[in-house]
Order: sequence, then C-alpha cells, then structure tokens
Amino acid sequence: MTAVAVKTMTMVQAVQDALATALTADDRVMLFGQDVGMGGVFRASDGLRERFGEERVFDTPLSEAGIVGMGIGLALAGMRPVAEIQFAGFLYPALEQMGVQLGRYRQRSQGRYTVPMVIRAPYGGGIHSPELHSESPEGLVAALPGIKVVVPSTPADARGLLLSAIEDPDPVMFFESIKLYRSVRGTVDGGVGTGAVPLGKARIARPGSDCTVLCYGGMVEVCLTAAQAAAEAGIEVEVIDLRSLVPLDLETIGESVTRTGRVVIVHEAARRMGFGAELSAQIAERFLPSLHAPILRVAGWDAPYPPFTSEEAAYRPDARRVALAIRKVLDF
Amino acid sequence: MTTLHTDPQLPDPRLPDPRLTGTFCILEADGTPRQPVLIPKDPSTLLRMYRAMRRARIFDERALVLQRQGRLGVYPLFGGMEATQVGAVLALHTPHDWLAPTYRGTGCALAYGLPMHKVILSWRAHPDGSRLDPDSHLLPFYTPIANQLPHATGIALAEKRLAQREGREPRVALAFVGDGGTSEGDFHVGLNFAAVFKVPAIFVIENNGWAISTPTSSQTAATTLASRGEGYGMPAVRVDGNDLLAMRHVTAEAVTRARRGEGPTLIEAITYRVLPHTSSDDPARYRDSAEADEWRENRDPGMRLRTYLTGRGLWSDAQEETMISAVDAELQRELELADAAPGIRPWELLEHVFETPTPEMREQQDELRALHSGDLHPGDLHPGVRA
Repeated sequence: MTAVAVKTMTMVQAVQDALATALTADDRVMLFGQDVGMGGVFRASDGLRERFGEERVFDTPLSEAGIVGMGIGLALAGMRPVAEIQFAGFLYPALEQMGVQLGRYRQRSQGRYTVPMVIRAPYGGGIHSPELHSESPEGLVAALPGIKVVVPSTPADARGLLLSAIEDPDPVMFFESIKLYRSVRGTVDGGVGTGAVPLGKARIARPGSDCTVLCYGGMVEVCLTAAQAAAEAGIEVEVIDLRSLVPLDLETIGESVTRTGRVVIVHEAARRMGFGAELSAQIAERFLPSLHAPILRVAGWDAPYPPFTSEEAAYRPDARRVALAIRKVLDF
Repeated sequence: MTTLHTDPQLPDPRLPDPRLTGTFCILEADGTPRQPVLIPKDPSTLLRMYRAMRRARIFDERALVLQRQGRLGVYPLFGGMEATQVGAVLALHTPHDWLAPTYRGTGCALAYGLPMHKVILSWRAHPDGSRLDPDSHLLPFYTPIANQLPHATGIALAEKRLAQREGREPRVALAFVGDGGTSEGDFHVGLNFAAVFKVPAIFVIENNGWAISTPTSSQTAATTLASRGEGYGMPAVRVDGNDLLAMRHVTAEAVTRARRGEGPTLIEAITYRVLPHTSSDDPARYRDSAEADEWRENRDPGMRLRTYLTGRGLWSDAQEETMISAVDAELQRELELADAAPGIRPWELLEHVFETPTPEMREQQDELRALHSGDLHPGDLHPGVRA
C-alpha cells in the first residue's frame, strides 16, 4: 500500500482518508463513538466499518465520559484508539476523564503506561447549529497537562496532522472546524506513508512584514480574507496558522513577532481565558521589547455561543473585526 | 454459575449487619464451614491464601505506625477488608491479568505482587513508587473515584479483540470500586459499556459501609448494590467480603466466565471499614463504635480462616508467630530499599508528561534546575517547604 495519489478533497474527505490510511497501516487503530459505525454525522467514517469490520469501527453507548474512559483503557492495553466526540460542545461530560486521567497516566506510572489516543471533535461555528454545536473548547483542553491539542485548517493538514496524531505516543485532542468540513477543498497526498505533517510546527499561511496575525482552524480563512483586504490598503499582514496549540511553535511565532512588532490573535472561543490569553502572555514575556503596539485579541464574546440565529454572525469573529484590529495595532 | 444471583432480598434485621442478608459464604464468621464442598482440598493452597491475606493485614497495621512516625504520607487503611481485596486478586493469573485497584487497594496490590517498598514509596509520593514493572498489568493507585471502571472496560475490550485475533483466551481485567464510588457516573458508564461490549471484566464493589462519614444507606435507596447488575444485563453476586474463600471462589467463577467470552460480572462484597478512612480521619466524630467493634471482634477475616485452619490441625499459634516475624523481616528489608531510593530531582516532574517534553517544558526544567541545586530527600514529604 504505497500508492501515492494526489487528489483534491474537502476537509472531511481528508479526515476520512487519514482514518482509512491509519486503519490500513496499523491494526491497533480502532475507531468509535456515537454513530461512528454508520459513518458519523459528518460522514468522517463513511464506509469504514464496511471496509475494516465492526470490531475496529463501531458505535458506543451515548456517553462521552465512557467513550474517552474506555478509549483510555484500550490505549493502556496497547491499542491506538481514535474516539469521535460528535460535537466539541459534547466534550464536557468527558472532561473529568480528560482532566484527571488522560494526561496523567504516563507520569503516574513513570512511563509504564501511556495513552496514545486521539479524540476527534468537530468544533466551532459558522453553520447556524443548535445550542452546544458550535463550541470551541480548545483552551480548556490546552489547560490540561499531558494532552496535545491540534487544529488543522486545510485538507492537507487535516490528513497530515491526523496521521501524526494517531502515531503520536501521547494523547492528542484533534479539533476539526465544522465550517471548513465542506467549504474548503485542497490537494492532498494519499496513500500509506505519505503526507504526514509533524505536530508542533506552525505554518505561515501568508507572509507579511507589518503585522502578525495568529490563528488556527476555522479562523485561518477569516484572517486570510482580512489580510487580503489590508494588502489592498498597502498593509502586509503575516498570517500564521498555528496548527497545534500544544506543543506550541514559539520559534515561528517569535521570528514573526520580532520582525513585525505587532500582533493580533484570533479565535472563536470566548476571549476571557481563551487560548489567546496564553499566546498573549507568552509573547509579552518573551518578545515585549520588540513590540510596537499592545497585543490585541479578536475572539468570541464572553457569553455563550448563540444557537441558530443571525446573532452568530455577531459572535463569531469575521474579517471585518480582524481588519479593524489590524488597523488598530498599526495606528497605535 | 449456581452461585450467581440477582435476587434482592429484604435486609434481615436479626443479622449483625443487615447488609449481610443473602450473601454467599463458604466459612461462617466463627470459622464453621457452611459449604464444605467448596473449600479447597489442598492444604498448601489454603495456607498460601491465608498467608497472603495475613501479610497484607500486617503490612496495613505497620503502615499506620510508619505514618505516625512520619515515614509515610497520608495513608488510606484497608485493615479488616483484606479478605475482599486479597480473595478477589487470588483468583487472577498474575501478572498476566489486569488489576485496577482503588486508592484503598494496597491489599490488592500486595496480593498481586507489588513489592512492599513500591507501596511505601507510592505513599511517600516518591516517583519510584509509581515506576511499575513493565511486565505486570497492575494499574497505579489513584485518587479519583470510579474512573478505573471505564478503563478496565477498555482494557478488557482490547484484550478480547487481541484474543480473538490470536485465537486464545483473553487476559481479564479486575476492577475495584467502593460503595461510595457506585454513586459516580463512571460506575454506570464502566459497567454499561462492559456489558454492551461483553468484555472479560470483573467489577468488585467493596461495600464497607462508609464513604468517609457517609453510610451506604445515604448512597443508595436500593436494597443492594448488586441489584445494579440486572439494570446492565450483567450477572451479579453478593458475597460475605470477610470470607476469603468465598471471595476467591466467586471471583474465580467470574474469571472463568470472562475467559470463556460470557462477559462481565458484578460482585458486591459486604465488608466493613473498621478503621478510619485514612491516617488523618477520626470516625468517632460521625459513627457509633459499637458496629465497628462487632465487625472487628466477631467478623475479622483473618480470625475466621485461622480458626478453621487451626481446627483442622493445619495451623498453630507458633506458625502464626513465625509468619508474623517473617512479614516483619520482609517489611524491614523493604523499608531499607525504600529509604535507599534516590533523592527527588524536581525537574523530573516534567520528564513523564509527554514522551518528549515540549520546548517550553524544557525551559521550565531549566528553571527548576536553577532553583534546586541539589536533590530533595526522599523522606521529605513536603519538598516545597524546604525549597
């Protein structure tokens, strides 16, 4: 299985391709969650149960705590579990297992037990979903020791980062932007053994010299739109797609920030205690002498994400808000 | 599986503890055989089991002394519950099968084969205490309640799949939970998933009557905890948890079912926490000592089996003394091993979080190195204070 096929895919197809690739490459890989057997509500596991058997691709009872808790057990006994939480907003019942177990087994046993497990969850808004279907809890998870946090923004990265996450020796929380699932297409390397993208390496989505915009997942396309608008006004914005929050590529961030001296951070999660707070603190601690303006955050408001309504457009950061923040740091 | 039943029976107020109603038992509390046919025939087997149980109990008694001497951190006592813990673990093939103890599971871990110095180091929070043998399948002690039940289910599902692929019998997973733990969501989750996936797991509820100061009657309105089994479609059995032979017998039957692919079993062991919750607790603040005295004096698990063995001429006071001396000598050697553990290097805190520390974690390690030029002593239970 070394055939390399470059294809154009949507993000959800790229996820599906990564899952199929991992299932083919490693018989320890198991996929499970609510409705995963029939292909999942976003079709990320479409056809995989038929292809790989119900012993490796299966449904579970409706319990996120059970999905993660049982997954930990599977990993302890040598499997490579890939759990799907149907929506990231449904992670809350699993947070106990994530906070007090998932990231602790390695230290608790001084390396005897490890949990090489991936938890995938569609996250973020932009598709007018019901309550709790648009959450962005990446900051909550990134606050827990021992868990890596990855958020792709392109089909190639979705496939490549997911392959790396499944091969990683430690637990990885993998957030997939609901908005991007079908709205973006891109070329993806197919086949076993190709296309993996290492965790912990950011990607410069657009080079620029006047301002650094840090973003990830569903906000990358928003920031690129804002950067395009800024370019038309003669401002060269560098857009950095972080790809992974833990580990964080401070080298790439530092290189850019010290060059531009201006930083805007963008995420969908509420501003207070969002991942932007960590980014802002890291940059202030390390690179303050290089800064020409305060670090600004464009984020969800400090309120629950609104269901269904057009209020979503007011809550979820858009290119206009990002462009305003860019203007503000340049005018400081 | 004649011994497995789910009949809820009304508590019998004539019993010293109504929770004992309808429990499976091989030896009565006074050492009289109730089911002679189920007593192992081979005297050496009986003596091996008795010694394993007594060794655990003696360790527990000495551990409290060590704690009072400042040579152990806060320690959760299990003395009086040793038949439940040791009896169940004796039904495992160790270290082949999996064991998930609770934080009060020192007796389980000792019976499984964890050396005493590892137990001591664990309760000193020394990293070497958790450096577990890679060939054993013992999970570490941990504080959170009932989380290990879904883990045991996942482990057992992995073992079921591996066994299917390799055409052999599976390793089984034995997990413990307390009566208080049955109120946690993960109790429900772990058992429900286990039954749905029909995994080779055994769940033992150590119903010792108390969750710190909360009695079992405040945990549940159900007559028994074993009745939960029916709701999960899982056979359940209630056992006299102070009867070592009964615990081993019932667990062995559950292990056999599990290996045959017949799925999980729930065991409710009725025992009593005659001692404080931990070395820091004072039960006089919340319970009448009469009940604990009754259990301590008339239902002691060691005395029950010892009376039976003595009656058959298999055990003597002299043998008891010799055994106690041997356990004390073992403990002395193990204490020396524990005391010889290397000093704690604080930067190692970040060593086993990920396989490879992130660059930020490396920086934090450098910070720790700069703050702590030398090792911290293993006997220092609060290194931060000295720093």
